[in-house]
Amino acid sequence: MASPPATTSSNSITRRFDALKKESRRALVCYVTAGHPDIGGSLETLRALEDGGADIIELGVPFSDPIADGPVIQASSQQALEKGMTYDGVLALLERAKPRVPVVLFSYLNPILAAGPDALTRAADAGASGILVTDIPVGADPAREEWLGASPLAFIRLVAPTTPRARMAEIARHGSGFVYLISRLGVTGVQQTTAASLPETIQRLRSTTTLPICVGFGIATPEQARSVGKLADGVVVGSALVSAAEHGPEDVLKLTRSLREALDD
Amino acid sequence: MASETLHRFGAFGGQYVPETLIPALDELDAAFDQAIRDPEFQRELDRLLKEYVGRPSPLSTAPRLSQAVGCDVYLKREDLNHTGAHKINNALGQGLLAKRMGKKRIIAETGAGQHGVASATVCARFGLDCTVYMGEEDMRRQELNVYRMRLMGAKVVPVLSGTRTLKDATSEAIRDWVTNVNDSYYIIGSVVGPAPYPRMVRDFQSVIGREAKAQMLETAGRAPSSVVACVGGGSNAMGIFHAFVPDLAVELVGVEAAGRGLDSGEHSASLQRGVPGVLHGSLSYLLQDESGQVHPAHSISAGLDYPGVGPEHSYLKETGRALYVSVTDDEAVEGLGILSRLEGIIPALETSHAVAWVVKEKERWNKGDAVLICISGRGDKDLAQISEMGLLPA
Ligand SMILES: Cc1ncc(COP(=O)(O)O)c(C=O)c1O
Repeated sequence: MASPPATTSSNSITRRFDALKKESRRALVCYVTAGHPDIGGSLETLRALEDGGADIIELGVPFSDPIADGPVIQASSQQALEKGMTYDGVLALLERAKPRVPVVLFSYLNPILAAGPDALTRAADAGASGILVTDIPVGADPAREEWLGASPLAFIRLVAPTTPRARMAEIARHGSGFVYLISRLGVTGVQQTTAASLPETIQRLRSTTTLPICVGFGIATPEQARSVGKLADGVVVGSALVSAAEHGPEDVLKLTRSLREALDD
Repeated sequence: MASETLHRFGAFGGQYVPETLIPALDELDAAFDQAIRDPEFQRELDRLLKEYVGRPSPLSTAPRLSQAVGCDVYLKREDLNHTGAHKINNALGQGLLAKRMGKKRIIAETGAGQHGVASATVCARFGLDCTVYMGEEDMRRQELNVYRMRLMGAKVVPVLSGTRTLKDATSEAIRDWVTNVNDSYYIIGSVVGPAPYPRMVRDFQSVIGREAKAQMLETAGRAPSSVVACVGGGSNAMGIFHAFVPDLAVELVGVEAAGRGLDSGEHSASLQRGVPGVLHGSLSYLLQDESGQVHPAHSISAGLDYPGVGPEHSYLKETGRALYVSVTDDEAVEGLGILSRLEGIIPALETSHAVAWVVKEKERWNKGDAVLICISGRGDKDLAQISEMGLLPA
């Protein structure tokens, strides 16, 4: 295990969690795919997320083969790619949108590798605060994990329901910003219920780290956000917002607001 | 986690997967290592390879093909295995492992349908539930195999995303596995995917080369000078290469699909025209654009129509131990005709690439050469497709 704990500047994310903690509020983390439904629509979507009360935006870098994603995000990625979205395009979008809230790039490894050794510093220059890579689990590639961990971006790591406790500690130690807890087995996508084991998994993770814990995968409705928000420091909503973005910024705004209200209740 | 370097072939391979799968891969790694050291497992596998698959597969001389190319050609007859291709060697090994691990549900992906058929077969034999993902485009090209799988009780799920071929079927199989990881076993069909799959599939396929090495001594009284196999993901090639890798006098040649030509942009020649990248859990040569998006592959043969390649092939290429070449769609169809007419053996379109290269490179062979070709599968599954395309003689 080579990658050292990240210590850097990432820290609009940490500041945001500190501020929320003082107010006893939960973070609303919103995922959308960059360039979906198109560049203009993507700019409006980002604006609607901010206006609706998102605390952190996860901006998806589209990839041709998103093995961790369900049909909704798959389709949005394909659509964005067909419109010509690239890693550099995502950074350009970010520079134009200049969101007031921290942005975490959500990506598969290959597009980041292809963007070259300066990919992460360029992302920071474009205004990103963090990076999350779906397919580089802790220990899989020490050299590249070190590269990701030492960049100016917070390196958000994922924990799954299948992760044993000792490994949870290992993951948390090699990440920064927050820990993303996958709520259930499976890929991204809207679900009616949350896993029964979730409270216990959160508790297990809590005992291994002081980083904030955000729970995602399958959370779509204000009711789900409210109930998960009682257990975690933040909730991540993805596919439901991507579907809303398909219909336009008003739908995104409406859904974001209702999620915000449910979380702040 | 300490074994990260054991997951690689040089720089290639690895475990680039969602976190959810890591404990399952660790479990698989341990179960496989334990199984191959267990004489009981090996005995059971050997028994089934003999009584069910029909191994050892013969080594055939090829007198008329030899005459046509000007050296001695030998054919390792994986086409004569039960279900008609090498794929059964791996499906049987992994099926036995799944059973040993107590898994009741099997997931598989398939391109040409040969791995899907092999998996469905093994599941029927062991009484396991079987779900096979197959691109819609491939279901059309390989209709006969879809029927065979269903007949044996497998569920064939059409994949409509992306290019609707092997790449997308593999992604969908991985998504199923992430969702059902606690009770399902994923039988991957080639030497691709996250560790330990590339090594495990190679080991289950290495029976091809072990047998061939002994048979060459027996039949020809010598080792082959060259061993030639087609490369899709690369399992029949790794299977026949593995026993020969330490024998540096034996040339190893992998034949990729050049599709409509290497310069057409429509091919599956990952090792010749790709650059290293990450797809389906491992780092290996990959067809991709400059922004890291996977470039759709093309081949007339569904089994070679894949933009990636097994990481061990990337390593054999980098170290210079193996040579990677290619032939086009048209040349492959010609290869199918040539082996059919000269030897009375109708090879699969995938296999035809290896045959076609040996024929095309006639000039390179000397009289004393002994060229061993892996006949990875038989061509029955392809006849409807090529006759539809008007490529069969009247
Ligand atoms: C007969 C035959 N040969 C070769 C292949 C290609 O796979 P691999 O490169 O793993 O041997 C296939 C795949 O479907 C096949 O059916």
